[in-house]
Amino acid sequence: MGKKILTEHINVPGIETFDVYRKQGGYTAVEKAIKTMTPEAVVEEVKKAGVRGRGGAGFPMGMKWSFLAKPEGVPRYLVCNADESEPGTFKDHYLMKNIPHLLIEGMIVSSFALGANTSFIYVRGELMYVIKILEKAIAEAKAAGFLGKNILGSGYDLELVVQPGGGAYICGEETALLESLEGKRGNPRNKPPFPAVKGLYQSPTVVNNVESIATTPWIMNNGGDAYAAIGIGRSTGTKLISASGHIKKPGVYEIELGVPVEEFIYSDEWCGGIRDGHHLKALVAGGSSVPILPAGLALKLANGEPRLMSYESLSEGGFQTGTMLGSGGFIVFDETACIVRNTWNFSRFYHHESCGQCSPCREGTGWMEKVLHRIEHGHGSMHDIDLLVDVARKIEGNTICPLGDAAAWPVASAIRHFRDEFEWHISNPFEATQPGAVFRGDMVLA
Amino acid sequence: MNTSNTTNTIEFTPERLAQAKAVIAQYPAGKQKSALLPLLHILQEQEGWTSPEGMDYVATMLDIQPIEVYEVASFYTMYHLEPVGKHVIEYCRTGPCCLMGGEEVYAHLKQKLGIETGQTTPDSRFTLKEVECLAACGMGPVFQIREKYYTNLTNERVDEIIDELSN
Repeated sequence: MGKKILTEHINVPGIETFDVYRKQGGYTAVEKAIKTMTPEAVVEEVKKAGVRGRGGAGFPMGMKWSFLAKPEGVPRYLVCNADESEPGTFKDHYLMKNIPHLLIEGMIVSSFALGANTSFIYVRGELMYVIKILEKAIAEAKAAGFLGKNILGSGYDLELVVQPGGGAYICGEETALLESLEGKRGNPRNKPPFPAVKGLYQSPTVVNNVESIATTPWIMNNGGDAYAAIGIGRSTGTKLISASGHIKKPGVYEIELGVPVEEFIYSDEWCGGIRDGHHLKALVAGGSSVPILPAGLALKLANGEPRLMSYESLSEGGFQTGTMLGSGGFIVFDETACIVRNTWNFSRFYHHESCGQCSPCREGTGWMEKVLHRIEHGHGSMHDIDLLVDVARKIEGNTICPLGDAAAWPVASAIRHFRDEFEWHISNPFEATQPGAVFRGDMVLA
Repeated sequence: MNTSNTTNTIEFTPERLAQAKAVIAQYPAGKQKSALLPLLHILQEQEGWTSPEGMDYVATMLDIQPIEVYEVASFYTMYHLEPVGKHVIEYCRTGPCCLMGGEEVYAHLKQKLGIETGQTTPDSRFTLKEVECLAACGMGPVFQIREKYYTNLTNERVDEIIDELSN
């Protein structure tokens, strides 16, 4: 069994209540931080821990915190990104619903470190029932003196606001989220200025993912060095993986970073293997945005060494033979899955979710969806494959926010690794459009 | 279906007004526009949909122009800009759910209800919408009705749910 930092107590009956959470050692991190540490010392521990942003970007959290501007007389804000919308990702949903006080405790510690007196948790609006769970937890924490004015007699004040979104993937992008929190459309902002200088209400702001913030209580209690000792290399600590698709045991698993991909898929501790009678065909390891890998490259690096569940190992080989850890949205495909259909599905998603500000994304995602639709439905031409590559290449890097890249990568990688499947669809339109038809050519399974 | 869209004025009930005021009070002075998304949710909860009259009412309450409300309401997918049935089924159509048979179950659901995506049953009981990923991929296929998630859907499960909600 690997080390559990976030989910150690998640199955304790009643853990969603303040009393039970407190009995399991909850809120000691707040006591330690607020009563015995300076905000700078808290930031220092988080830096030492080396936690990398768990929303997908993987940027070191402590470093992000240290960029926060601190002009005199200007309020600073902490905003928790709980807009979890990346297809294949459902870990924040799981964490907030089951152990809401862990996030609340992390928000208090983190807000104290950043000197924020009003902090926000922006939750996707579809999770209204989770918002109510969080609001109840906040009320309990407030009644116990851990929130509100003069927390634990320290003179530090903090109010937590839970903000519902309105249904928009783009609001998971931090500047779009801030726009949305200001009551506007979720159009990402140009950077610079970065939120650390001009964020919410043009004030210095830090935006962190739920899972990132939830690591801070453990780091307070055990120290940044202890956290950094878990995991592998610069991939410190544990990561929540949302496992879905053709596996025996879908669900959310907390792993120590560095577990081999093969073990994660086949061990009974985690996914339990591919469903009976089937074999691994492909893997999307970090949410729909990251490049899809064929079975061979999912399990092993190009040099034959085992691929590990870490930021470095998953991206080993760049986009030619590697992918990204991303948000940890781990989608497993067996041989019954049609890569063309799945790629069309993902491209429809990005077209639907593009905010429309930048032409390459607004138009390009629509073109990719249209071309993929016609290939999938038996009307494609061989020229379409190169057309897709061309459109993807022209979107990538040419937009204000990363949604353009996120839309381009799944398409480019599907063609890179499964080109014969696209060609088969185009050459055999009748066969390919039969219900459940999947290209079985030279498919390499594991 | 709610009939309040035939009147020209909408007001929150006293409970919802108190709720709205508490929401507005959470933000720094002068930043009341931040309450826009939450207030639209309250409006839709009361009226069943996000009506033009309701949006004008919210604009007045937040001291902003009506267009600032319309442009926001039309950007986000959760606000129903036309009247809907009693139960709005928001069905996930994204990849991971489809891998688990989401498309087949959806075809069955449409047949069961006798309507297509975007339509409302003649008795106004169900409206069917397709949505993108609901962050419940390990329990797919999934749909949502208001706050409730219905998970691990099969044709049989869909029949049960619809029959239950039809009574």
